[in-house]
Amino acid sequence: MDHLDELEAQSIYILREAFARLKKLALLWSLGKDSNVMIWLARKAFFGRVPFPAMHVDTGKKFPEMYAFRERFGKEWDLDLRVEPCPPIESVDPTLPPAARSAARKTEGLKLALNKFGFDGLIAGIRRDEEATRAKERVFSPRGLEGEWDVRDQPPEFWDHFNASPPQGAHLRIHPILHWTEADIWAYTKRENIPIIPLYLAKDGKRYRSLGDQDITNPVASTASNIDEILAELEDTKVPERAGRALDHETEDAFERLRVAGYL
Amino acid sequence: MNMILPTASISATPNGTTRPQVRIVIVGHVDHGKSTLVGRLLHETGSLPDGKLEMLKAVSARRGMPFEWSFLLDALQTERDQGITIDTTQIRFRTGSRDVVLIDAPGHAEFLRNMITGASQADGAVLIIDALEGVRDQTRRHGYLLHLLGVKQVAVVVNKMDRVDFSAARFKEISDEISAHLIGLGVTPTAVIPISARDGDGVAERTQRIGWYTGPTVVDALDALEPARPLELLALRLPVQAIYKFDDRRIVAGRIESGSLAAGDEIVIMPAGKIAKIKTVESWPVTPVDGPQTAGRSVGITLDRELFLERGDVIGHVGQSPRETRRIHARIFWLHDKPLSKGDQILIRLGTRETRATVVAIEKAVDPGALSNEETTAIARNHVGEIDISLAQPVATDPYTENPRTGRLVIEVNGRIAGGGLVLSVDAGQRAVPIDIVPVESALRPDERSARYHHNGAVVWLTGLPGSGKSTLARALERRLFSLGGSPILLDGDTLRAGLNSDLGFSPQDRAENIRRLAEVASHLARNGHIAIVAAVSPSAADRAAARRIADSAFREIYVATPAEVCETRDPKGHYAKARAGGLPSFTGITNDYQPPSSCELTIDTSTRSVSDAVEQIERMLATTNILFDELADLAANI
Repeated sequence: MDHLDELEAQSIYILREAFARLKKLALLWSLGKDSNVMIWLARKAFFGRVPFPAMHVDTGKKFPEMYAFRERFGKEWDLDLRVEPCPPIESVDPTLPPAARSAARKTEGLKLALNKFGFDGLIAGIRRDEEATRAKERVFSPRGLEGEWDVRDQPPEFWDHFNASPPQGAHLRIHPILHWTEADIWAYTKRENIPIIPLYLAKDGKRYRSLGDQDITNPVASTASNIDEILAELEDTKVPERAGRALDHETEDAFERLRVAGYL
Repeated sequence: MNMILPTASISATPNGTTRPQVRIVIVGHVDHGKSTLVGRLLHETGSLPDGKLEMLKAVSARRGMPFEWSFLLDALQTERDQGITIDTTQIRFRTGSRDVVLIDAPGHAEFLRNMITGASQADGAVLIIDALEGVRDQTRRHGYLLHLLGVKQVAVVVNKMDRVDFSAARFKEISDEISAHLIGLGVTPTAVIPISARDGDGVAERTQRIGWYTGPTVVDALDALEPARPLELLALRLPVQAIYKFDDRRIVAGRIESGSLAAGDEIVIMPAGKIAKIKTVESWPVTPVDGPQTAGRSVGITLDRELFLERGDVIGHVGQSPRETRRIHARIFWLHDKPLSKGDQILIRLGTRETRATVVAIEKAVDPGALSNEETTAIARNHVGEIDISLAQPVATDPYTENPRTGRLVIEVNGRIAGGGLVLSVDAGQRAVPIDIVPVESALRPDERSARYHHNGAVVWLTGLPGSGKSTLARALERRLFSLGGSPILLDGDTLRAGLNSDLGFSPQDRAENIRRLAEVASHLARNGHIAIVAAVSPSAADRAAARRIADSAFREIYVATPAEVCETRDPKGHYAKARAGGLPSFTGITNDYQPPSSCELTIDTSTRSVSDAVEQIERMLATTNILFDELADLAANI
């Protein structure tokens, strides 16, 4: 077994545990490279079908390429696709910096969707290497009744035994690719021929390393026009993956505040 | 639309993902410098993102604090405010030959659960000790937990050597103390290294100031730690995660914890001991797959026959199956606020099996951080101990010395993981599964039988004093169930003693064996869809508990609680009279050795109700406990 086989096997194990132990699951499909890998892993785990809804909490501000991708592969992968809107910006905490406030709309949209469908488990494609607060996450991460994350009181989790009993009315986040890195995602995408959105590849000296809302996501300087070149670029870079995400840079604790409130 | 669909023709590229990866946890007492060491290692190996160091230096300046290397990891606001690591953080860097995942774990006793969460994922550990403070309680506790978590490779670093003027004598003192402690736990340190994480001595370089030291640096020591040992050489263990029927395939899914499997293998499903052959190994997008599947893989298999199996069962190869047991002796660590005590009801997770359990005994409960080994009767929070547990249903497991993956368990209290540990031994008194016995499965499926009989299989066990009315009730119940179209079978204790059990007398051992045989026969009938009605005095609570274990979820115990005086007046077989006359020395009605059930499915006093009333009561109990089908409910479910 090589390194990618090990990552894959571990993620499949997590997905199957989630499916066995929770009653009403959904997978959060952000259309990005990570959640596409996650859907692929779910199809592997369940022999070709994703046995729970794929939910896109849509801010309405994604790139056109992302919507085109959603329409095509939602059908091609036979997903039970749920597109859920986000509330207007006015309903979001005005003390947050502008980009974080914009991103926090997604948290509100998520809460509405949770109330609407009553999911007890949300599968999300976050990774430890993306961002320091995500590094602290559990694989099965309990949320409070309002979707909030109590980082001070996370339950112990070891030997692949997961805490899977959310309190009545609360939900769990399940993170099947928490242990993957950005390079792992690309190497696996290449090995498995998983489709990607073309914005990840360089055009006119720029490419997107991470995709979010159009107005708060910037491309980075790059000449990588295929996955091999992306991998070569990652080998050398010291620029963090989310460098193009405005909300990570506004204040030092903006991201943590978002996550404690239930952001991914 | 412009989609990118990569093709397999893209040539291979060098990348960090195929190199050996080791996961290392840094542990030790609070404030001995774990996060500082990690920050320093990142810097020394050139692993910091551009601008990160400058950003943190700026943040420190803004807050009017001197820059600390630990700021790199303690990225959460709460931690910067309190200056301690709350949770476990993972960070990656590269040495010349491999990828290292560093897990920084909190040293504060308050956060031991997070230290365990981090350390449980590690291939090796670095135990850090402050040269000035020396070995402290949390140093010892972490050392002990590394042993319990199965982390065998431990490098020790003695930090803050600058505070003791780089004294070789002080270093030796600490080195001797910690080495003795670790070796006492069965862990031999791979290196003991003097360092100053703040200044960099001993981290990547042996500097002038520690010129007297000739051993490896921290980076050297990390390079020497081995990746996780392959488990494929051990016997096959495949805990069943789920059975999927998404299409016409019935796929048994799970992750191979050890060993390997391939289509055509003869397997045994534990704890039931059923035998089958692997028909195919299923996959996606290409299926089926040939060749062996090894430890670590998440697989799906189909079997050559339809067997009942479920999540929690463990698949092994015939002749190398795991043990089946209801009693486990384990060494555990405890994380819950409320101490674990004898008699506590807990939930055990072993592989994918989940079962209720009772703590039968507690031994060797100690605080692993304390120097004295004072034992307590309960296992307090953050302490360790050995426990005997009795499980509500049989499980398949191995002692951890034979299989580190299937020989460990976690304990849950109120839906939250509260502890965990190693299986030291399983109950040797349980029957072993003889490898040359191949039980033949019935040609009929349980649902075929229940469709005909309108009930599920059961063992209805009537216990009570001689003369209490067991046989009368049993016969009336038999008649009633038969008239409903069911398949009741009466197993009377005395009748069986005339044949199958004619070799047994009335000593406690013989009585226990009598009950065991009754229970085995009854349970066989129940598995085949019949309702076995057992009428037996069965005075011993332990014997009845054994019968319940054999029949498992099919067991329904009814206490026929007719008062002793009434029983003696009835005396249908003349036994009381004979016993009073001294002719029956061990007759239960007279000797007061009957132990009434403390919890059973039903209690009936036949002195206060008629036989038909009592039978109706039994029928209702069987309906509410899913033995008899409620016809109306069934019809509704099928419409």
